[in-house]
Amino acid sequence: MKINDVILRTITKLVVFIILTFGVELFLAGHNDPGGGFIGGLVLSSALVLLFLVYDIETVQKGIPVDFKKVAAVGVLFAVGTGLGAVAFGAEFLTQTFEVFHLPVFGDTELATVLLFEVGVALTVVGTVVTIILSISEDV
Amino acid sequence: MLTITLAIFIPFLAALFVPSIYKWKPDKIGWFILIIPLVLFISLVRFIPRVAGGETISHTFDWIPSANIYFTTYLDGLSLIFGLLITGVGSLVILYSIYYLTARESLSHFYVYLLMFMGAMLGVVFSDNMMVLYVFWELTSISSFLLIAFWYHRKQSRYGAQKSMLITVSGGVAMLAGFIMLYAMTGSFSIRENIAMIGEFTNHALFVPAMILVLLGAFTKSAQFPFHIWLPDAMEAPTPVSAYLHSATMVKAGIYLVARFTGIFGGDAVWFYTVSIVGIFTLFWGSFNAVRQTDLKALLAYSTISQLGLVMSLFGLGSAALHEGYSDQSVLYAQATFAALFHLINHSTFKGALFMVVGIVDLNAGTRDVRRLGGLMALMPVTFTIALIGSFSMAGLPPFNGFLSKEMFFEAMLTVRHLEFFSIGSWGILFPILAWVGSIFTFVYSMIIVFQTFFGAHQPERLDREAHEAPMGMLIAPSILGLLVVAVFFFPNVVGDYLLRPAMSAIYPSLPNIAGAMKSIKIWHGPNLALWMTVGVVVIGFLLYASLKYWRSMYKVGPFRWGLDSVYNGALSMMERSSTVLTNRYMTGYLRHYLIYIFGIFLILTAGTLVLVGGVPFDFSNDSSITVNEYILVFGMMVAGVLMIFVSSRVTAILLNGVLGYSIALFFVIFRAPDLALTQIVIETVTTALFLLCFYFLPEVKKERVKRPAKIVNLLIAISVGTLVTVIALAVQGSNMFDSISIYFENAYELTGGKNIVNTILGDFRAFDTMLEVVVLFIAGIGVYTLVKLKSRKEGRDVED
Repeated sequence: MKINDVILRTITKLVVFIILTFGVELFLAGHNDPGGGFIGGLVLSSALVLLFLVYDIETVQKGIPVDFKKVAAVGVLFAVGTGLGAVAFGAEFLTQTFEVFHLPVFGDTELATVLLFEVGVALTVVGTVVTIILSISEDV
Repeated sequence: MLTITLAIFIPFLAALFVPSIYKWKPDKIGWFILIIPLVLFISLVRFIPRVAGGETISHTFDWIPSANIYFTTYLDGLSLIFGLLITGVGSLVILYSIYYLTARESLSHFYVYLLMFMGAMLGVVFSDNMMVLYVFWELTSISSFLLIAFWYHRKQSRYGAQKSMLITVSGGVAMLAGFIMLYAMTGSFSIRENIAMIGEFTNHALFVPAMILVLLGAFTKSAQFPFHIWLPDAMEAPTPVSAYLHSATMVKAGIYLVARFTGIFGGDAVWFYTVSIVGIFTLFWGSFNAVRQTDLKALLAYSTISQLGLVMSLFGLGSAALHEGYSDQSVLYAQATFAALFHLINHSTFKGALFMVVGIVDLNAGTRDVRRLGGLMALMPVTFTIALIGSFSMAGLPPFNGFLSKEMFFEAMLTVRHLEFFSIGSWGILFPILAWVGSIFTFVYSMIIVFQTFFGAHQPERLDREAHEAPMGMLIAPSILGLLVVAVFFFPNVVGDYLLRPAMSAIYPSLPNIAGAMKSIKIWHGPNLALWMTVGVVVIGFLLYASLKYWRSMYKVGPFRWGLDSVYNGALSMMERSSTVLTNRYMTGYLRHYLIYIFGIFLILTAGTLVLVGGVPFDFSNDSSITVNEYILVFGMMVAGVLMIFVSSRVTAILLNGVLGYSIALFFVIFRAPDLALTQIVIETVTTALFLLCFYFLPEVKKERVKRPAKIVNLLIAISVGTLVTVIALAVQGSNMFDSISIYFENAYELTGGKNIVNTILGDFRAFDTMLEVVVLFIAGIGVYTLVKLKSRKEGRDVED
């Protein structure tokens, strides 16, 4: 069945970038404003799901040749690894810390280890959601 | 000192690298593995002078201090003997396995399991904390399971593996219960502290139950009657494994446990009788059944059972020394423990050699059936020599080490006649009689090994392969053991002074002078009663062997035919059958039924709790007023909810479900929770897409014909669950049972530098939750992937069903 979805496709091309940007923004905003790793990851994966819905799986995978199972695994590794990293510095498992740095362009910027942890969360969410949806939809 | 702790972990760490070494050099992997036990053996040997000098070495680091669990390693004479056996025999077995296993086998699995076992076994003997000991104890059972099932395509291997696992692990669990009882009495998991404190608790109600439970663990592991049935079936493992786990080390873990806990329970009549009677009967029963075997490995298995019984009974007798402190009498009984330790070492040498010999015969003649073997002496001269040394040592003949420990065994058994406490009376005479009868059978089966395999007529037509001598490398390990058998005979006191005496003071910490009081081992001790017993064994044993074919049919009659095996098999299949019936009763395959169970149990537990604690005080006083907006939203949700029941297409139902979800998101917006609103919206979007995908595969919704009573039940459950959830929500508002935990988060900004308190909770304060949630999410994703993608594939290999 071939449906005429030119409008949907055109809009998607535009909207996906908006959603992706929004996802990254949410992810970074999480420290001080609503957002964070989980919601950021979800928004990112919803953009991907939209792509999969509008185009077919092959086309998308040609454009984004990423194995999402591995993305999820890397995410878990990040989340657990930052915990172990704290142990390596002699702190309790999963201790997070932060420090204010003076960076050339951004000025005084606060960098927190929780960011790495949240990267893990986001990657796991993206990887898992896409893996589940792909594996179910491919099973036709 | 850290090295002992390290010794436990080195095999585990090495196991991690096995797969990569295997990829690099698949045919040379054994040589790399060999380094590990060899290094460990040498470093343990270097401890001998210090330990012989009366020193003990211990090291502690915290594991779970809140539960009194410390990782304490403790090296004394007793654990040193076992440590040397584990690493020494381990080295020889790995050397032997290099030649025994061909490169076609999955060697990397084999060596990973073997190293895992080695580490676990070292952990058992070096741990002072009972909980740590228990962990390693079960690890040995698991690695033994994996090694028995190494050729898992054979049905018998899987059966044997399962049997050993079931029996040893249930024994282990009993032992764990025993440990917990000891902890309940003394408040310590440390074995040494327990030995020091137990004196005040011998009349405690838990003392005897704890003892019996610990003994259950020891008896199952060491294959004592009636738990011995797993050992013959464990012989399905590759021969190096049988030589290592099932004769030299793992089955001796139970004996180690008995020796170690003699300090705690010894001196009590129950311990004395249970250990010695079970041991002596196992000795008799094992040797009696060994004679009927035609498979050489099965014969060795029963012989191992009987020899373990021998050592066990000696430890039982030796515990009498603790009954009334240090005296000439107690020295006499402690002599039994001395003999037990000596025989323990001797057994490892000669039985290890014999297992390796049988493996060589099996590999190079194609069978281990004594009826088909014969006349191999000329074809396999070296193998024959080692077999002769091993068997004659086992039979208790000079000039081999078995003779010495057998004499000491008889002497110890004879002293029981003079026992004046534990109200033994004239029953004591049974001990030497059973020991003597058992030894006669031991002599007979030892002769079977030598004469029926290597003498007589060679029958090349009945062998699967042309028999020939094994390659040099394969003969090294058994030759070393054979040489040890002879060497220990000529220099027994080297072993006695450096290994046995320190171990004696480890077993009897309350009798510090006992080690020095042990008589030194004499090769010739004059014509006493023990020697005449040996002469009797040889004479009668030889007559019995000569007339074997006349009385062997005795095994086919009456009670000897029904084994404990059929009891085990029957019990197992009965359990399987009845649990199938029980499971089928409620696992109907209808989703509706499962939902009824889930909601029913939820109702009973939660509503029951609410009623019991009276936790339903509604309190509306602090609630804010409800606005029109909220009324409209709730009304919309109710309409959607009710409609969902009546729609006929799944897509409509999903969309209605979406209405509910988005309305909740709106509520979050109204209540100023933008985080939650965002999450809710995105989740709702993604799940709707997911649902639509899944529903593609489902058939059309059909009107189900449900009987009216079932409908009423469903209605009742639905209504009551809904009511209950509402009640819970209201009750949570109304009650204030615990202090608020928000004080932890109050200065979140100073602590974490984040202004979004929700995320600081997620990422900082309760990061453990988040991390585990991430892991769970990942596992769920992988689960979906595997369920959908990996359709069951039959393995290409010849797996027997």
